[in-house]
Amino acid sequence: MSELLSDNSVALKDLKDLLKSHFGADVIDTAYRYGELTVVVKRESITNVLTFLRDDAGCLFKQLIDICGVDYPERAERFEVVYHLLSLKHNLRIRVKVTTDEETPVPTAVGVFNAANWFERETWDMYGVFFADHPDPRRILTDYGFEGHPLRKDFPLTGYVEVRYDDEQKRVVYEPVKLVQDFRNFDFESPWEGMQSILPGDEKAEGKA
Amino acid sequence: MGVSTNTGAPLAPGHDQDVLLKGVFDEMNDKGFVLSSLDKLATWASTGSMWPMTFGLACCAVEMMHAAAARYDMDRYGVVFRPSPRQSDVMIVAGTLTNKMAPALRKVYDQMAEPRWVISMGSCANGGGYYHYSYSVVRGCDRVVPVDIYVPGCPPTAEALIYGILQLQKKIRRTGVLSR
Repeated sequence: MSELLSDNSVALKDLKDLLKSHFGADVIDTAYRYGELTVVVKRESITNVLTFLRDDAGCLFKQLIDICGVDYPERAERFEVVYHLLSLKHNLRIRVKVTTDEETPVPTAVGVFNAANWFERETWDMYGVFFADHPDPRRILTDYGFEGHPLRKDFPLTGYVEVRYDDEQKRVVYEPVKLVQDFRNFDFESPWEGMQSILPGDEKAEGKA
Repeated sequence: MGVSTNTGAPLAPGHDQDVLLKGVFDEMNDKGFVLSSLDKLATWASTGSMWPMTFGLACCAVEMMHAAAARYDMDRYGVVFRPSPRQSDVMIVAGTLTNKMAPALRKVYDQMAEPRWVISMGSCANGGGYYHYSYSVVRGCDRVVPVDIYVPGCPPTAEALIYGILQLQKKIRRTGVLSR
């Protein structure tokens, strides 16, 4: 495994230099970590970068693995859109990122990769990132008439509406969420919630000692 | 076996059953007919061929398929999966019911002919289960359709589902098809 990673590291560092020399200031940031290359590029140049990565003989990233979003509410441009590409020819993977906010559209990648169509619809559905010139900018996963973007950090876990069959109207109706018991989180050691060294009940042990 | 003259409960194989069957056969040979009450005959016929609507929604559906496949083989009970609600007597809601699916589930239920029954299979269908606090999941399919039997488990084993079907047969025998 380590051999494989070191092999990749040379190729990926070459690739990083290639991108930097070819795109110059359009490449905002690059990082090589855990055997993976991440490139942050300017939003306006994303289609150019993806086209180059797909077609250049030194890249040939012909496969679009995924497009997804990330929400960082504390940032000025709160969303990241992440593209994962695979080059079967060179046995390499690369991660390309752009940043955006609620209003600013990202240029669509459908013209470069057909697979981008549904991925971008999903990113729009879950995060509300708008993709300019997308051929079919509908929601893809959530309910018909759904409001909000569920994977945003400010979207409540339980949402705003729930469904019930109304026997008088003879149809399924939407109502505001009414929970019998609120959500309780018992995962005190989750690395996602920020590890805290103190567990509930620890204070009792300290009092005794 | 439901066509017994007493309570309607099935008799276990053994001496009592043999005596009962012999009595019935003797009566058939002697007089050429047997007497039973109509509702018992109807429930017997009904429980002997419960055709479930195929409504697999998630991983529970795999367990439902196991129950239908060679090892457990629900055909033994006359349980044959149907692809159409109009041919079905019972709907097995197997899996997570989402908000988006809820109107479709209700529509399928409405298309089933009376008398009809619903088996809710697994934690998600029973009460939302793992997804109880999700923004997109119905907290129990009984919010959308009336449920007769709840099968617990995540997912319930094929045996558990078959037990649920047997419980439903018991319920039908107890309540009757005609009185509904």
